[in-house]
Amino acid sequence: MYVIVAGGGKVGSNVTRTLLDLGHEVTLVEQRADRFARLEEEFGPAVIRGDATEIAVLERAGIARPPELLLAVTGDDEDNLVISQIAKEAYGVRTAIARVNDPRNQQHFDLLGITQTICATTSILGLVEHEVPEHGLVRLLELQKEGLVVVEVQVEGGSPAAGKKAGGIALPSGSRLISVFRQGRTELVEPATVLRPGDQVLAVVPTPAALDLRRALLGAPK
Amino acid sequence: MNAVVIGCGRVGSSVAKGLAADGWDVTVVDEDEDALGRLGPAWRGGFVVGHGMDVTVLERARVGDADAAVVATNGDNTNIVIGQVLQQRYAVDTVVVRILDPARAKFYSDRGMSIVCPTQTAISSLLDTVRAATPKAAAG
Repeated sequence: MYVIVAGGGKVGSNVTRTLLDLGHEVTLVEQRADRFARLEEEFGPAVIRGDATEIAVLERAGIARPPELLLAVTGDDEDNLVISQIAKEAYGVRTAIARVNDPRNQQHFDLLGITQTICATTSILGLVEHEVPEHGLVRLLELQKEGLVVVEVQVEGGSPAAGKKAGGIALPSGSRLISVFRQGRTELVEPATVLRPGDQVLAVVPTPAALDLRRALLGAPK
Repeated sequence: MNAVVIGCGRVGSSVAKGLAADGWDVTVVDEDEDALGRLGPAWRGGFVVGHGMDVTVLERARVGDADAAVVATNGDNTNIVIGQVLQQRYAVDTVVVRILDPARAKFYSDRGMSIVCPTQTAISSLLDTVRAATPKAAAG
């Protein structure tokens, strides 16, 4: 497989090393002279120097072949977005994966059609939610293109939803309770299903409303 | 009529003052608080301190009510992203984006964005001036 990696920082250099070890053909693009010198020592001709948001530099990297995969992993979200747009729309690169440095910029990538993104901060926050039980909401699966997230919520004794029928709980619009796991068994949620303390509720919710869903079921965070 | 100018450097500040003189209600956005000084002591328009990639900053500048926007920060890629966000998310009617790199300017202009490329303008006018001054060299 031919891969172009834009950005030779920690992410780009480690990904390049791994891909080369796996036998793939890689061109790594790095702009900064000091970084480039270090990378060239390790990767030789697999690294070229230049600004990967410049079309001429991308062409030197072989964007017109085109590569099976492009990774836009610089430390600048604007740059990653523009590199991905040029690769996909001007050169027909099928898969462009962009790194999102500031999670607040995720919405710009979504808006502009760069659907395959990775954000370390968001991933770490997801793990924090998983590790901190009193947070009460675990993001199990993010459906980026659909803008939905599948979450698991644990109903507690004092939760507003405890003792209520599922049909009587005001949920954020576009969200749905799917199933409850109780006493080792999973049941699909019907409007008449009464939620009980200890229930693990599986739900699907539009990504921006995940915390609203948590609030509707569990109340405000402690 | 409301206009928003993102980036208050030499270009952005002059565009903002020009639009205000034409009677527009202008709000300027810049990361640097000191950039307000470029608008002069008589500035009566709005000024929001913050980065144009930050939607809370854009919303404080009321981009949703803007009829026109000029995006002229000192970063091409920043301008490209902000320009598209203003067009596609906030449906601003007229969005003009400054891009210094002629190749990127052409790519985004071909995709329907309204682009001003000062580099290309300089190249063309320098060439035109020299060609007009040396008709014989060109013919030979």
